[in-house]
Amino acid sequence: METALIPPAKYFFLFIPTVIFSILIPVMGVALFTYIIAIRSAPLVRAAPDNRLDNIFQRVRQLIKIWLLQWRQPRYRTAGILHILIFAGFLVLSIRSMSMVVIGVFPHFVPPGLGGTAGVVYNIFKDYAATWVLVAVVLAAWRRGVVKPARYAVPPKYGKDHTWEALFVLGMIGALMLSESLFEATLAAAQTQQGQHAELLAPLSLAWIFKHVLAGSSQATLQGLHIAAYYIHDLVFFSFLCFLPMGKHFHVITSIFNVFFMRIRRGNIKPVRYGVPDDKLDDLESFGVKKLEDFTWKHMLDFYSCADCGRCSDNCPANTVGRPLSPRFISIKARDLLFKNYPIYPYKAPFKVGQEVIGTIYEEDEIWSCTTCGACEQECPLAIEYIDKIVDLRRAMVDDGMVPQSLQKPLRALEKRGNPWGKLEKKRVEWTKELAEEEAVRILDGKQSAELLYFVDSISSFDDRMQEIARATARVLRATGADFGILGKAEKDSGHEVRRFGEEMLFQDLREQNTAAIEKAGVSRIVTADPHAFNALKNDYQELPPVQHISQYLADLIAAGRLKFKPLREDGKVYTYHDPCYLGRHNGLYDDPRSVLDAIPGLKRVEMERCRDRSFCCGGGGLMLFYEPHEDERMGVVRVKMAAAAGANVIVTACPFCLVNVEDAIKVAGLEGKLEAIDLAELAARQL
Amino acid sequence: MEILVCVKRVPDTAENEIEVKSDGTDIERDDLVYSVNEWDNYAVEEAIQIRDKVGGSVTVVTVGDEESEEVLRREMAMGADNGVLLSDSAFEGSDGKAIASILKAQAEAGNYDLILCGAQADDGAGQVGGMLAAMLDWPYASLVNHIEIIDDKKVKVGREIEGGNQELNEIELPCVLSIQTGINEPRYVGIRGIRKVASVDIPVKGASDLGIDPATVGEAGAKVKRLDYFVPELGEGAEILEGSMEEKIEKLIEMLKAKGGLK
Repeated sequence: METALIPPAKYFFLFIPTVIFSILIPVMGVALFTYIIAIRSAPLVRAAPDNRLDNIFQRVRQLIKIWLLQWRQPRYRTAGILHILIFAGFLVLSIRSMSMVVIGVFPHFVPPGLGGTAGVVYNIFKDYAATWVLVAVVLAAWRRGVVKPARYAVPPKYGKDHTWEALFVLGMIGALMLSESLFEATLAAAQTQQGQHAELLAPLSLAWIFKHVLAGSSQATLQGLHIAAYYIHDLVFFSFLCFLPMGKHFHVITSIFNVFFMRIRRGNIKPVRYGVPDDKLDDLESFGVKKLEDFTWKHMLDFYSCADCGRCSDNCPANTVGRPLSPRFISIKARDLLFKNYPIYPYKAPFKVGQEVIGTIYEEDEIWSCTTCGACEQECPLAIEYIDKIVDLRRAMVDDGMVPQSLQKPLRALEKRGNPWGKLEKKRVEWTKELAEEEAVRILDGKQSAELLYFVDSISSFDDRMQEIARATARVLRATGADFGILGKAEKDSGHEVRRFGEEMLFQDLREQNTAAIEKAGVSRIVTADPHAFNALKNDYQELPPVQHISQYLADLIAAGRLKFKPLREDGKVYTYHDPCYLGRHNGLYDDPRSVLDAIPGLKRVEMERCRDRSFCCGGGGLMLFYEPHEDERMGVVRVKMAAAAGANVIVTACPFCLVNVEDAIKVAGLEGKLEAIDLAELAARQL
Repeated sequence: MEILVCVKRVPDTAENEIEVKSDGTDIERDDLVYSVNEWDNYAVEEAIQIRDKVGGSVTVVTVGDEESEEVLRREMAMGADNGVLLSDSAFEGSDGKAIASILKAQAEAGNYDLILCGAQADDGAGQVGGMLAAMLDWPYASLVNHIEIIDDKKVKVGREIEGGNQELNEIELPCVLSIQTGINEPRYVGIRGIRKVASVDIPVKGASDLGIDPATVGEAGAKVKRLDYFVPELGEGAEILEGSMEEKIEKLIEMLKAKGGLK
């Protein structure tokens, strides 16, 4: 068949057959890429084990949702839409890019299945894809270079600005789109000039525009451009491939794996070491992440996959209030260290294995600053996880004795007394003394039994103010006809934060004691008003009776029509609900507490801008109450200002720690009189 | 450098509500939890840091009953190399001087360059360190909040003196130093650390092992005897402000202004 232009496979440039380049460029590109990936895999091979091959069905579902459908991208509208356009374009053009490479040697190659009509449809589609990708790239470059959204900025302590890298890659993508379209358009223009049947180009696509621009060009110009476009595309394509693993664009390659292997369960914490059962932990040499290679391979893949988009840090309450923590740089700093210690150049450069990470890339305060609220993980479009890494780093610090004095006291008290204040065990039931005689709460010590256990946990047992929540919960349970009791002095702290602060063995001690006490109580279900206890019992403990938060318990009764509230008397007050992290993000309980509020006749409720899975942590619970962070402002203060901005007069929480933080913050923010806080259980008890 | 650190097991004041027994002989001990005396913890941390810097070993020693072993283990979990429990029924009821003489016997049994002890104990009188130094005829510095090793003959020690000023002394080795809190940040000892040293052998030495005449220590040898424990009566001049937090603050400010404390 006579072709309108000589294809790259048959062309001679100064007596050199260009097909040589068609072979050489891909061979060298693939060889270099293979080498780079081999080096990048080297630390993963040395990393700690990680179990990510369970729940395959769920993994595939997550992959489709988060990777293929880019579910989390539009949470940031502009950037998200641009990303979806580029990502979808890449998917469409991947077939074309591969076949372009083959065409350089076999000019008549057609990808399997794209011979007939399907091929025509695909070609039109990919012409448009190249066009929209180019438009998206130009807009993205304009955002990076001119608009400069604040979340991309790199604070000086974290190194240099990353803008150039972003622009360079956008430039490469643009070059790919232009050269591909030009290659196609020059041939079509030549075919038309020679009266041959020209390939249909999608109207108004990049290739179509090029074809019309070049309609009057000479045959030689078209031939030259055709060959030049081909080799520019070939070179840029393989340079791009080899450049990806050098920085934040590694995610183009790793994201599919990273999302597939993402965390499936929520609310839980990874074991100290996968494959080591709890009773063998004493045999481990070391706990947690001390050296770079102590991270699991998945956590290293997270580092590689970070696209530097800054969404995690933009949502991180610690970062917002000026604590020395920015989740984005937890990833970037580790990635940079991996790149540095496992160098690609020079060839055969030795690896630096076993570098310490605490005191080098991470500061102690940075690691203690995290409240484990989970906002970063909720937001990450690549499903990078942070909480398990933070906990693993804390485990290492605990193992080496690097624990701030402010936390040592409560930890010791937890060890000795089972509560962080070191109060006497027998005082755990003191909150019941203010209950009226007919409201007396049974203590389930094996002699007395009940159907339901109310697990109070430490703060609601010992803190004067939070005891109100315990009493309100007991009243609500009684009024709704529950056959219930408490563990009394046999109850220990749930250990929720003990585990999340890295003191795993102490947590296991507390868990063991509570589990034994709960078994002895012989109940068939558990209710708690403390989301931290709820999360611990549900996700950290094993083989307990089913656990409910009081909001679920109430929502069930309301749904069944068995609970009616009195109408609200106070007029004009506007309520807003603050989602506690361990109810919302970690356990997906957003609607139950709201349905309880909405069941109170006359209650006017508004939402804060940051609500549900974007809720802003009030400052953290458990041991976080004792930690003395370096910060510019309290998280709680930021939060109550959000409530005020939403026009609320009452913040309803469903967590004693939230109530502590919010009530304090109202005072600090000077909003007393304008804003008040109440727990959901207290409100429910009041409206019975 | 061979370092001996003297530690004591005391009721943990942070985690107990201390009440005096009605007969005044002691405090209520039924619900008490014990831990290592806070000052001693700083002394052990300092010793470990010195050892890590210049080499040698750290031995922790306590005079007490068999339950005192737990504090030795905790300090060994921190990083002390050896522990010695000085325990004998003859030691029961010892006064400060007797405790110092028991510790002296242990000090002489080893070849120590430096002895550290806490400046005082929660339930003590802050006397043992000084007496121990005197009995050994070693130089002594109290309330030390800074130690700098010069060589194996001398150390530089800092003490906080009145008004927050700092005093720096050079002191010859061997010596005894009593350590003030705040000299360092003692490391955390987790459950795992304690379990790791759970099976380490801790020698127990009695009066005969130490060459001590039982008549000179314990209740028999005590020259100081406790007469009574009581909560002092509320005296004149103490005023407890009543009312809500705001009212209390207002009253307090008023009073401070009236007495010239606030201008």
